[in-house]
Amino acid sequence: MNRQDISRNPDDPRLGFRAWLLTDTPSSRLHARCVAFYAGWLKLRSNTMAMVGLGILILLVLVAAFAPWLAPHDPLAQNLAGRLQPPLSESHLLGTDSLGRDILSRLIYGSRITLYIVALVALIAPIAGLLVGTIAGYAGGIVDAILMRITDIFLAFPRLVLALAFVAALGAGIENAVLAISITAWPPYARLARAETLTIRNSDYISAIRLQGAGPIRIITRHIWPLCTSSLIVRVTLDMAGVILAAAGLGFLGLGAQPPSPEWGAMIAEGRRFILDSWWVATMPGLAIFTVSLAFNLLGDGLRDVLDPKEGG
Amino acid sequence: MALAESRGTGRHRLPRFQRILLKIAKTLVSVAITMLGLMFVTFIIGRVMPVDPVLAVVGERATNEVYEQVYREMGLDRPVLVQFGYYLRDVLHGDFGMSLLNARPVSEDIRRVFPATFELATLGTLIGVLIGVPLGVMAAVRRGSWIDQIARVVALVGYSMPIFWLGLMGLLIFYGILGWVGGPGRLDIAYEYMVETRTGMILVDSLLAGNWDVFRNAFSHIILPASILGYYSMAYISRMTRSFMLEQLSAEYIITARVKGLPERRVIWKHAFGNIRVQLITVIALSFANLLEGAVLTETIFAWPGLGSYITTALLSADMNAVLGGTVVVGLIFVLLNIFSDLLYQIFDPRAK
Repeated sequence: MNRQDISRNPDDPRLGFRAWLLTDTPSSRLHARCVAFYAGWLKLRSNTMAMVGLGILILLVLVAAFAPWLAPHDPLAQNLAGRLQPPLSESHLLGTDSLGRDILSRLIYGSRITLYIVALVALIAPIAGLLVGTIAGYAGGIVDAILMRITDIFLAFPRLVLALAFVAALGAGIENAVLAISITAWPPYARLARAETLTIRNSDYISAIRLQGAGPIRIITRHIWPLCTSSLIVRVTLDMAGVILAAAGLGFLGLGAQPPSPEWGAMIAEGRRFILDSWWVATMPGLAIFTVSLAFNLLGDGLRDVLDPKEGG
Repeated sequence: MALAESRGTGRHRLPRFQRILLKIAKTLVSVAITMLGLMFVTFIIGRVMPVDPVLAVVGERATNEVYEQVYREMGLDRPVLVQFGYYLRDVLHGDFGMSLLNARPVSEDIRRVFPATFELATLGTLIGVLIGVPLGVMAAVRRGSWIDQIARVVALVGYSMPIFWLGLMGLLIFYGILGWVGGPGRLDIAYEYMVETRTGMILVDSLLAGNWDVFRNAFSHIILPASILGYYSMAYISRMTRSFMLEQLSAEYIITARVKGLPERRVIWKHAFGNIRVQLITVIALSFANLLEGAVLTETIFAWPGLGSYITTALLSADMNAVLGGTVVVGLIFVLLNIFSDLLYQIFDPRAK
C-alpha cells in the first residue's frame, strides 16, 4: 500500500533513496537492477533464519579480518606448562590444547583458512561448471554429448573418496585440498548451467540478437551467463556447507592444512587422542565448523526462496 | 492409463516389454562408458602422482640397467593408451596390483574388509529408513506443526555437522561418560575369533553360530557408528519423504478419497504413501551409496576395519595401488546403485515416461 503511494511519484526528491529503490518505473538499466536487488533483499530480510545465517557469516568475515586484534594469544605459541587447560581457566576462555596453545586464538585464526578455502572453491567450481555447461548447452550435438558424459563420470564418484584420491596423488596441503574439492564440486554446476542454457537458447530474444549479428561468444557471455547466475548463486551457497565439511574432513585425515596450522578439521584430529580426558580440544573446533556450515545452509535456504521460488518446498 | 495398458492384451504388453529392454540396453551402454571413464580417471590419478612406481619396486640403490628393465617390464615405455589398456585388463580381472604395505593383492584385502563396511552401512540405512520415513510422512501430513519443525531441524543439523566430529562426541558421551556402548573396533578382544567367519559380518556370523555373547558384544560395538551413519541417512530420507508426500497430498485424487469418506490413515498410508514407494526406494538406494562415503570418516573414528579405514590407512602410507583399488570399488558400487535406482524408477513409475 505504502509502496504504491510512493512509487506514483518516483522522481519526487523528497521521498529519497528508498523510494528510488522501490519505484515501478526505473529510469535506467542500473536503476532497474538496483530495484530488483532491493526487492530481493526485502524478501530475504523477512526470513529470520536466513538473516541469522547471514549475520554469522558477516561475523566470520570480521573475525577473520581482525584476527590479530581479536585473538588473545599467539595461535602457534606453545606453553607446555599450561597444556590441556580446561575452558574458562585463567586467560584461556576455551582452554588449551596438548601443546598449551590457546584454542580460542587458534579458532579465530582458523577462520581465515576456512574462508580462504570456501572463497577459492566458490570461485573455481562454479566458473568451471558454468563454462562447461553453457558450452555444452549452446553447442549441442556431439560437443554436448562428450562434455555431459565427462560430467556424468565425475558425478559418478563419491565426492569425498575422489577428493581423497586426488589429494593422495597431488600431495597434502591447502591448495591441493582446494583443487581436489573443486574437481569434485563442478559437475552439478555444469548440469545446472546446461539446463538453463537449453531453455534460454531457443527463446525469441536470443534469435533477435543473433539476427542483429551477435556471435556465439557474445551471446554466451553477455546474454546467457547473466541469466544463469541467480540459480548458480543459490547452489553455491548451499554447496558451501558441504565444502566446509569436505575441507574439514580432509584436514581431519591429515590431507588438508598441515600442522601447526590452526585449521579446524586438523584441530579435531589433534584433539581426538585426548577425547576422553580433555573433551574441549576436539569439541570447540567442531562447534565452529558446525556453526559456519549451518549459517551457509540457512542463508542458502533463504536465498533459494528469493531467487529460485520454483525449488522451494 | 498405465493400469489399463499393463492389463491389456498381449499386443499391448509386447511393446512395453521391448521399451524396457531398450531402456536397459541404453542404460548398460551408458554404464559401460561411465565405468570406463571412472577407471580412466583413477588411472590418470595413479600416473600424475609424484612417486616413481619403478623406484618403489627396485629401491633407491638399483643400477640403471635394473631400473630400465623394470621400467620396460611394467610397460611404462609404451604409449599411455596402451598402458591404460593393460590397467583396464587387470582391473576387469579383479587385479588391482599388490599392496605396497603388506605385499598382498589389493583385491584380496578389499574382499576381506568389505563385509565390515557393508554391515555398518546396511544397519545405518536401516536405522535411517525406520525413523526417517515415518518422520517425513508425519512432517508432510502435519505441515508447519511441531513435528514438521523437528524434522526440519534434524535435517538441517544433519546437513551441517561434520560426521567425524559427531562420531567423536558420540564416543565421548555414550562410551566415555555413560558407558552404554562398546568402544572402537568391532568386538572386545576377549570375543575375537570366537565365531567362524562365514559372511564376514559379525552380527550374521554370530547368529549363524548361535553364539549370543558374541552377538551382544558385536551389537554394542556397531550400534553407535551405525546410529551416526543412520542419522545422516535419516536427515536425507525424511526430507525427501516429506517433499514426495507433500506433492501427493496436494493431488486431486487425495481430495476425492477424503470426500468419499475414507479414514485418514488409509488415505495417507495406502493412497498417498503407496504412490511414493518407488521414489522412496530410489532415495534409499542413493542414501546407501552416500553412507559408503560417510563410512570413510566414521570408520576412521571408530577404528572399524572396513573399506573406509583401509583407504585412509593406505593414503597415509602412500600405498597408491590400495588407494586406487578402493576408489574404483567404491566408485563401481556408487555407479551400480545409481543405475539400479534409475532403472527401478523408469520401469515402475509410469510418470517417468
